[in-house]
Amino acid sequence: MTTTSEAAVEAQIEELEEKTPWTQAALKMAKKQPVGVAGLLVVIAMIFAGLFAPWLTPYHPEYNSFEHMLTAPNADFWLGTDQFGRDIFTRILYGAQTALFVGFSAATIGAVGGLVLGVASAYFGGMFDLVLQRVMDVFMAFPLIILALAVVATLGPGTENVIIAITIPFIPQCARVVRSNALAIREIPYVDAARALGFGHARIILRHMVPNVMAPFLILFTAFVGQAILLEASLSYLGMGVQEPTPAWGLMLQGGAEEYAESAPWVAVWPGVAISLAVFGFNLFGDAVRDTLDPRLRSR
Amino acid sequence: MSKYILKRVLLMIPTLIGAGILVFFLMRLIPGDVCELRFAGTGLYVDQEQIDICRSNLGIDRPIFIQFFDFMWGFFTFNYGESMWTGKPITTEIGLRFELSLQIAIMATLVAIVISIPLGAISAIKQDTWLDYFVRAFSIAGIAIPSFWLGIMIILGLLIITQSMTGVPWMPPIEYKPIWEDPIHNISQLIWPAVATGYRYSAVATRMTRSALLEVLREDYIRTARAKGLVEKVVINRHALKNSMLPVVTIIGIEFAFLMGGLVVTEQVFNLNGLGKLFVESVSNHDYAMTQALVMLVVLIFVVTNFVIDLTYAWLDPRIRYS
Repeated sequence: MTTTSEAAVEAQIEELEEKTPWTQAALKMAKKQPVGVAGLLVVIAMIFAGLFAPWLTPYHPEYNSFEHMLTAPNADFWLGTDQFGRDIFTRILYGAQTALFVGFSAATIGAVGGLVLGVASAYFGGMFDLVLQRVMDVFMAFPLIILALAVVATLGPGTENVIIAITIPFIPQCARVVRSNALAIREIPYVDAARALGFGHARIILRHMVPNVMAPFLILFTAFVGQAILLEASLSYLGMGVQEPTPAWGLMLQGGAEEYAESAPWVAVWPGVAISLAVFGFNLFGDAVRDTLDPRLRSR
Repeated sequence: MSKYILKRVLLMIPTLIGAGILVFFLMRLIPGDVCELRFAGTGLYVDQEQIDICRSNLGIDRPIFIQFFDFMWGFFTFNYGESMWTGKPITTEIGLRFELSLQIAIMATLVAIVISIPLGAISAIKQDTWLDYFVRAFSIAGIAIPSFWLGIMIILGLLIITQSMTGVPWMPPIEYKPIWEDPIHNISQLIWPAVATGYRYSAVATRMTRSALLEVLREDYIRTARAKGLVEKVVINRHALKNSMLPVVTIIGIEFAFLMGGLVVTEQVFNLNGLGKLFVESVSNHDYAMTQALVMLVVLIFVVTNFVIDLTYAWLDPRIRYS
């Protein structure tokens, strides 16, 4: 009985969906959220730059050329070269790979970790919730950069360890928001109904609670990607992040940028523009996602 | 009310102890210790005996739980001991730099308030006009632009502008002088880092002001105020803005707490000798005592600020009564 009605509903949904093909949906979205679409375009451009870097530039990002040290921007080197004679445009393109890799992996691990802990904390409640929340308090109050410093000092610098360092503060941030949403959901009768039907904890959490906190989860996820790119740049700038000769935007600002700021400003200017533009794009897109998914939080 | 205050103060203790546990074991996870590092720095041959003597002098050869208990006891009895690297009292080392960090934090917060509240208010009043879009883009840019890069750009801009105007490039002074000794010198050094970080923090506060004000402007009492013929300026200033300040105060307070411990990168750019630099130095020197004291200080500032914010709530909004 239930299966037939479900099938009928699904057919209806499919019918509805067929009437609005994705191109039309995209256009509608563009009209509703012009700023968000602009952000999305920046994100797409960045992914494109990262993926097709080898075809977009004739140079190698790690190739030193001593006859071209600190060359001003010209027809060969569009954005000039750094103190090792490496083409800055090339390093920015390849730097997008590093930024995207760190951004997406840190955001995924941080948001998923926070999702699991937040929902579990709200679902089980009691002592588990209390202890977990106190632990989260500690991580929220703990100075982030010190945490990152200690992680990097312990595990050594490198891209993977930067991701770990960035992920740690994301987990409590996400868990806090997800928990408050999940607390409200737990009170809705369908969770009781699921429990009355004898479903296990894992099933209730994964099938009934997690899908209902997807909105705050996705909002936080998009925000985290931008934040992670910014944090990675800061850590790399301090020399505690991605290491030479890997191309990374924050690293490009380290060392040379300040020393040569006056005689070769292009070394300091362009990597910063790349960071700002990328984070700007992710933030605009994230705002649009938030406005679409959660009208209560409109444009905060 | 007093019962609530007592409860909140007691709730700070587990957070502080938790932060203590975290920093204590985090520091000891880092390979090597201060004694090995100190002798490695001399470049001479050292035998194990000397390292052992150094360790026992610093007390880091004792069982780990005794060390931990010692550290926590010291924290709660206001006895912080000496830096393991320089040997000077920790209170002296922190005191030297606290002033500079506090001044930048206060100046940056002022910059943030001066930028964010008027901009946020204009953006909300002129919602969905080009002015609103401009303010929103400006504030999102504030979050997107790394403050260390903004710092580099400010220095670069100063160099170029002073070069073209006076022919001599001018840089902010490098040596720190307290504000009551030489106010012009002090301000001309610290205003730039304050602007670089203040812009970033204003971004969050601008967005918060905008959305809070938008919410309040939809309230019935605003319509009443307009209906009884009040001038729009009075409606905004006296009725709307005042009531929308609650979340803005929270954000500004939380940002202030972060500023005290989070200026590591900005201090690096402007070559300032503040708490952030001390943090980096003490972690890389394996100076357990100093790092622990600094972390506890920053966490203490954070929890106390949060507590003060909650109390400000009750003061700003008389409807809120904690019990």
